[in-house]
Amino acid sequence: MSILIDKDTKVICQGFTGKQGTFHSQQALDYGTLLVGGVTPERGGETHLGLPVFNTVQDAVSGTGATASVIYVPPFYAADAILEAVDAGIKLIVCITEGIPILQMLRVKAAMAGTGALLIGPNCPGVITPGACKIGIMPGHIHLPGSIGIVSRSGTLTYESVHQTTAQGLGQSTCVGIGGDPIHGMNFVDVLSRFQADEQTKGIVMVGEIGGGEEEDAAEYIKAHVTKPVVAYIAGQTAPPGKRMGHAGAIVTGGKGTAEGKVAALKAAGIEVVSSPTDIGVAMKGCL
Amino acid sequence: MNIHEYQAKQLFLHYSIPVPDGKQATTPESAEQVAKELGGDGWVVKAQVHAGGRGKVGGVKLAKTLAEVVEFSREMLGKRLVTKQTGAEGLPINSLLIEKTYPIKRELYLSVLVDRGSERIIFIASAAGGMDIETVAHETPEQIISVPVHPAAGLQGYQCRKVAYALGLKGAQIKALGKIMQGLYDLFLAKDASQIEINPLIETDSGELMALDAKINFDDNAVEAHPDILAMKDPAQEDEKENKAEQFGLNYITLEGNIGCMVNGAGLAMATMDLVKLKGGLPANFLDVGGGTSVDKVCEAFKLILSDHSVKAVLVNIFGGIVQCDIIAAGILAAVEQVHVTLPVVVRLEGTNAEQGRALLSNTGLNLYAADDLAHAAEQVVALAEAA
Repeated sequence: MSILIDKDTKVICQGFTGKQGTFHSQQALDYGTLLVGGVTPERGGETHLGLPVFNTVQDAVSGTGATASVIYVPPFYAADAILEAVDAGIKLIVCITEGIPILQMLRVKAAMAGTGALLIGPNCPGVITPGACKIGIMPGHIHLPGSIGIVSRSGTLTYESVHQTTAQGLGQSTCVGIGGDPIHGMNFVDVLSRFQADEQTKGIVMVGEIGGGEEEDAAEYIKAHVTKPVVAYIAGQTAPPGKRMGHAGAIVTGGKGTAEGKVAALKAAGIEVVSSPTDIGVAMKGCL
Repeated sequence: MNIHEYQAKQLFLHYSIPVPDGKQATTPESAEQVAKELGGDGWVVKAQVHAGGRGKVGGVKLAKTLAEVVEFSREMLGKRLVTKQTGAEGLPINSLLIEKTYPIKRELYLSVLVDRGSERIIFIASAAGGMDIETVAHETPEQIISVPVHPAAGLQGYQCRKVAYALGLKGAQIKALGKIMQGLYDLFLAKDASQIEINPLIETDSGELMALDAKINFDDNAVEAHPDILAMKDPAQEDEKENKAEQFGLNYITLEGNIGCMVNGAGLAMATMDLVKLKGGLPANFLDVGGGTSVDKVCEAFKLILSDHSVKAVLVNIFGGIVQCDIIAAGILAAVEQVHVTLPVVVRLEGTNAEQGRALLSNTGLNLYAADDLAHAAEQVVALAEAA
């Protein structure tokens, strides 16, 4: 088994008929994802990519039985889209959108509390279970069904980790890009706990970066609860303080969120931390 | 996005947060005029730059006479102020804030920001104002009070009273602090701030509370919804190259090394810089070209990198996701020719059609090196920069 999604996960797309939604929905269909329809207000009743378009997420859920949704709407509409999915009973919401104002995400997270819905992202590549289901913008062909669970705050570093674990012949159980924003959905611990419980997953790659304290939380969690081997890499060791390194969440402020602090916390928890991003695959293989 | 202190104080006044009487000036003459209008027998002349630590390096001066106001203004205007937050080049002083002075009884600290861990807006206060708050938090954490605000409930009266009592305020000051905190909270929400800091918040001899300094940062993701805030932007306070990059949808940050980096994706861009350092080199910049690597974008990226004359060699690291590597390689080739790049450029391409991409970049007669893996690419670019 994988975590979060498998070949039977029914997925809809919010922002389905837009440029991004159309392109990545076609890629998902080509990969074999069970995409069952999409939502674009005022376009309900149309057919797009051979699939039904609905006006609301509620209609899409009633019409298709979807339990997952991927969001490709512009940043100022994304909070609304996430909460619409929550309201319609979607269990797994994957928000790809980059640039959502932080105060909107604060309200979204507060409103989601207690609903049981899971959010991945925003500002993330999405989630993929190789060979079964791809929800997001990652290139499908670099993946290989296998035994490594990958969780990362960065899109391209997720691809880098996938590429290296594929090259080592290990493959991936599920890869989750949790996103580069300071306020986001599932965190490292949420994903790590699922990898620990998943039989298919034999080893875990965790890719963090400067900013915030989630890597430190993950280190504590791993020490107490994770028995599977974990290889970690932290990006941003050369980043100057006070500068936002691309991702809204990747910033060292007030001496907090430094790469050194994170590496030290992970090492203290007995986790193998590689200093070069090119050593992830080899180190993972060495741990198994 | 940052704004100047004088602009932040104007916003404070709109939200009923008391600030010293004062006005901005851009010439020594207008500074003198402002001081005259303000009256009194002492003024403070404050350099308006987007950085803290001004007081320690002559960016804040107390004038006892109008002649001193003119003298200090003349000294500061047109200079660059180097503080511990600006880097060696410093920031230009193009305007000043002239304020009346007040007898200070105590200096307090008050700020409001988004706390990632609790996912709440939180107020942070301390009776140890006027100092570096990070030092206070580190050395005497018991002197820091923090109050998280639930987004649905908003700021409550008890939370303001809690802060007020912890700061040792009394009587009418309790209400006055509540008004300041509510003003900060309203301003924070209305303008999508990401941090507002008052350091120090002073208690005057007569017991009044007043924001002696004001610093506001805004959420870059939200600022386009606030034209009034965008209008306060001062490009002179920002890195020219970083401004230019923004226009082309590139994310560029100047660093101090000699190896230019061009990468797709923020995480991979950071990792590439780290790797360059690990191999004994020093990155000259952070540059994320984003997802769609068009010829135009790559051209602009090369121009930016080459405008930094300390750059001796360039490393291009592209993980071709959905875009195929041969198309990316053609784009890089076109850009290198268009921009007349003569420095050595090492290119690492990975993803679909990577081999075709590398083949395109080989034997071009240009100073291009197609690397087959990232570790080698980093070693190669470090060696080339050293040899240059």
